[in-house]
Amino acid sequence: MNKHSLLKTTALKTAALAIAGAGFLGLVQPASAQDVGACLITKTDINPFFVKMREGATAKAEELGISLSTYAGKVDGDHETQVQAIETCIVSGAKGILLTASDTKAIVPAVKKARDAGLLVIALDTPLEPIDAADATFATDNFKAGELVGQWAAKTLGDEAANAKIALLDLSPSQPSVDVLRDQGFLTGFGIDTKDPNMIGDEDDARIVGNDVTSGNEEGGREAMENLLQRDPDINVVYTINEPAAAGAYEALSSFGKTEGVLIVSVDGGCPGVQNVKEGIIGATSQQYPLLMASLGVEAIAKYAETGELPEPSPGLDFFNTGVTLVTDQPVEGVESISSDEGLERCWG
Amino acid sequence: MSDADAARRKQDFENGLNGSDAQVASFEGHEKTFVDRLQHFLHANPTMVPIIVLLLSVAAFGVIAGGNFFSAFNLSLIMQQVSIIGILAAAQSLVILTAGIDLSVGASMVLVSVIMGNLAVNMGVPTPLAIGIGFICGTLAGMLNGFFVTRVKLPPFIVTLGTWNIFFALNLWLSGAQSIRSQDIDATAPLLKFFGESVRIGGAQFTFGSILMVLIFAVLWYVLNRTAWGRHVYAVGDDKEAAELSGIRTDRTLVQVYAAAGLVCAIGAWAAIGRVGSVSPQSFQEANLQSITAVVIGGISLFGGRGSIIGPLVGALIVGVFNSGLRLAGVDVLWQVFAIGWLTIIAVAMDQWIRKVSA
Repeated sequence: MNKHSLLKTTALKTAALAIAGAGFLGLVQPASAQDVGACLITKTDINPFFVKMREGATAKAEELGISLSTYAGKVDGDHETQVQAIETCIVSGAKGILLTASDTKAIVPAVKKARDAGLLVIALDTPLEPIDAADATFATDNFKAGELVGQWAAKTLGDEAANAKIALLDLSPSQPSVDVLRDQGFLTGFGIDTKDPNMIGDEDDARIVGNDVTSGNEEGGREAMENLLQRDPDINVVYTINEPAAAGAYEALSSFGKTEGVLIVSVDGGCPGVQNVKEGIIGATSQQYPLLMASLGVEAIAKYAETGELPEPSPGLDFFNTGVTLVTDQPVEGVESISSDEGLERCWG
Repeated sequence: MSDADAARRKQDFENGLNGSDAQVASFEGHEKTFVDRLQHFLHANPTMVPIIVLLLSVAAFGVIAGGNFFSAFNLSLIMQQVSIIGILAAAQSLVILTAGIDLSVGASMVLVSVIMGNLAVNMGVPTPLAIGIGFICGTLAGMLNGFFVTRVKLPPFIVTLGTWNIFFALNLWLSGAQSIRSQDIDATAPLLKFFGESVRIGGAQFTFGSILMVLIFAVLWYVLNRTAWGRHVYAVGDDKEAAELSGIRTDRTLVQVYAAAGLVCAIGAWAAIGRVGSVSPQSFQEANLQSITAVVIGGISLFGGRGSIIGPLVGALIVGVFNSGLRLAGVDVLWQVFAIGWLTIIAVAMDQWIRKVSA
């Protein structure tokens, strides 16, 4: 056996072992051969939002000739697998990590280890706590997302906005940051004093009928809407944390026979949600762009590997804003928007 | 002197007994307090505890939360809101009566609803056939649990902890974590939403789903109390060995119980599509624990063989009444969770106290 083929066998065996090891951990890691390696670590592999994110990152990485390894937790909240993934990335000699953290506080020490080892760490979609624990954050401006639908609702109602009866369908009792930002953004956009902007539910404006939580799914959205309708059957503005919750709220409204004259607004821009905008079930939704987050992230790592340059945050913000667009078929003056057909072209999931 | 005379005449040494207590040994009688009598009554009628709690809580929230709560419409709305958890609690009760536990009820229900939705809406299978296949899948899922419990002799907790995860993963894989929209179901397979239809009686609005829940409990009550199989279920739960010695084929009964629970979950899946309006793979994540809560509050013993099937229906309603009442009173969500937590502990403590009954 000559030296060349010996090397080849060893390489094959190592690859096989690596694949077996990766399989054991439930991870997928293509062998990295090229110079610049990058890792994408998402919360799960099953949520359409993260699937789209991975597609965007993979396409961009191929274009730039970067070897991308992708990892994901088994379920939302699977922190341990994410830590293991970061450790694997450090060992593999990757130049950078794109991370959607499940536990934004607990992941910080692992992120620090990676940065100390010279890797660029970019938080995607979900800011770490503190936000500067990562080199950069590429995310949707969730406050802005809420603000856009709030402005749209207020302008659509016109003078009647002063007599609106508002239901707020939030995510969960623990008030994660995305929940707070969207809710408070909506109220700000609608023109309601939010009191403490870090706190849901401390407002005392008489137009608010109440807050309830939905877990971000249809079942929760329906039950929450039923409960608030019981408190006041004349609700005419419904803010929802995401489009599945909005679909549930619509079911409740139709079982109460109250779909006429009620505005439902939402945030996300997933394809079923935008379809619901097209059919008039949701009045307006703020669309976010997971694919863009990931492809910009890969570009930033490529640039860092080449020049050592760090990505800059958007002016006035502590993160890089990947953009959010209002999708509605009833545009109002002063709030920029795209139609549901355009939204469907850009939707994810 | 005859022998009889001799027997009647006391012998000298027996005179020492004069003046002593001539009563035969007996149980010590003492005044029964009200609490004793209550305890005894509840021991004889275990379902009365949840029924009393339900009536008291309805009355209490009627005062606290005001007229909105007491309306026929709100009371029927509570029925609607608990219908899915109620149906799962019925399945859960069957398993718990055999001293088992089924952590997979919610996941298997969601999995079946995704199967039904995928077949009927996305693949164009005739809806009744899709529903039938869903029922078969649910039953098979239950039988899988039963197989591991009886043949592989694993504890039900471990088996269903495993299948809970397995069913959940399959559900996400099949659905891509993406809901099937209500409007798409209306267009292709409206029958899937059958249990979302409702009838109005006065101010009340009863969905077919909430009527279905009551029907399922009625059927199970009949089966458990009026058929040999039902008595076998109780016997297996009370003492498996004794049941086996008296000729019951316990393993077969157990597999049937898990299969029946799976079928009830599958029926629940159909009802859930009607209730939610769409096929939602992300919904009902905590339904397994909520069903156990309803069963426990309903007074079914986690040690098996004891409790009435009507209890969990009442238990589910109690949870619904608490949630609705606290919400209408404007109480924050986390305090609703807090209240249900205490209710669960108090329910089990009550059960233990009643079991210590003395004559």
